[in-house]
Amino acid sequence: MPNLTIAVASGKGGTGKTTVATNLTVALAREGLDVAYVDCDVEEPNGHIFLQPTVDREEEARVAIPSIDPDICTGCGECSDFCQYNALAVLGPSVMLFPELCHSCGGCRLVCPEKAITEIPKTVGRVRTGTSHEAGFIDGTLEVGATQIHPVTSLVRRTVGSHQCAVIDAPPGTTCPTIEAVRDVDYVVLVTEPTPFGLNDLELAVGMVRELGLRFGVVINRSDIGDDRVETFCIRENIPVLLSIPYDLECARAYAGGHLAIDRSETFRHMMVDLYHRVEEGAHD
Amino acid sequence: MIIVISAQDNTPESRVDPRFGRAAYFLAYNTEDGRYTAVANEQNVMAAQGAGIQAAQAVVALHPDLVVSGNVGPKAFRALSAAKVKVALWSEGTVAEAIELVKANKLQAADGANVEGHWM
Repeated sequence: MPNLTIAVASGKGGTGKTTVATNLTVALAREGLDVAYVDCDVEEPNGHIFLQPTVDREEEARVAIPSIDPDICTGCGECSDFCQYNALAVLGPSVMLFPELCHSCGGCRLVCPEKAITEIPKTVGRVRTGTSHEAGFIDGTLEVGATQIHPVTSLVRRTVGSHQCAVIDAPPGTTCPTIEAVRDVDYVVLVTEPTPFGLNDLELAVGMVRELGLRFGVVINRSDIGDDRVETFCIRENIPVLLSIPYDLECARAYAGGHLAIDRSETFRHMMVDLYHRVEEGAHD
Repeated sequence: MIIVISAQDNTPESRVDPRFGRAAYFLAYNTEDGRYTAVANEQNVMAAQGAGIQAAQAVVALHPDLVVSGNVGPKAFRALSAAKVKVALWSEGTVAEAIELVKANKLQAADGANVEGHWM
């Protein structure tokens, strides 16, 4: 377990989570910190585009799905009656499995009176470990066609070694995949933008982290567009604004070219280091 | 021959339900004796996922040779095919009209699903 685990999250997509997470990680590595970037956005991992890691290990994330022995199965239908996800259908004397609907609860195996069901592994994703710019790198990718996000995110989190600091790039939103990515972290950085959409989704994200009892603060990206309603909301709700990042053409160019903004803007690198100090204070409050 | 038709109500005068998995009823018609059996599909109408699969299971239990419905998704189609049940896609009239069309050999069996699953 790292000494400090920071999750970079947002209610809304496209606010700059990956920009903040990747640049923060490398800025800290250059300050001499033992830090790892952890991409938990397993449906759309894109930190690797900016970090170009050297991957030295890959592990499969697996779930258990039932396998039905047709010689033992009597087609009694107990398993299909039990399955709340409708993943099993009794069709005459045989049972058909729809693995994409299975939630791996194992109930069908328990209720089968003939003991015709065993469990077999199904690969639902891959977790890569490596290094990038002196920092550790971990990311997870959901298999095409798989819908079981949680086991992949969970393996990504378990793969994080004993770094001083881990920076988690969380998926956008406030649903199960995000909750799995931010669960039990020391601090959540909510990235938003000063627009009505940014505010609406920030309010949802704040509701989520409060429900989870996590410490958190806000980064306002592209802070010189839109209006001041995000700031007003943060003041009213007593939420610390850790950093305001004005729109910057050089940073936008770096992003569009798949480069780290801290390599193009010393101001941005300072912002990332300052952000870390604010987070560190907040996490140990 | 047994024909099962997805229906919006439980009589032969009901309209064919264009939805298979979430149809209100299934009407089984036996060409031997001309009798209808209605089966309610209410437990699948509100299913979060896999309605078509469970509807297929319920339909297969009626031992049909042919199913007539407006739209059948990929999983339901796989399940029906596994049970060697043919599927004809039609929902432009009533259950009784569907049966007349089958008897007159005017409905062709489909060779695949015609709609995407709602889940995937």
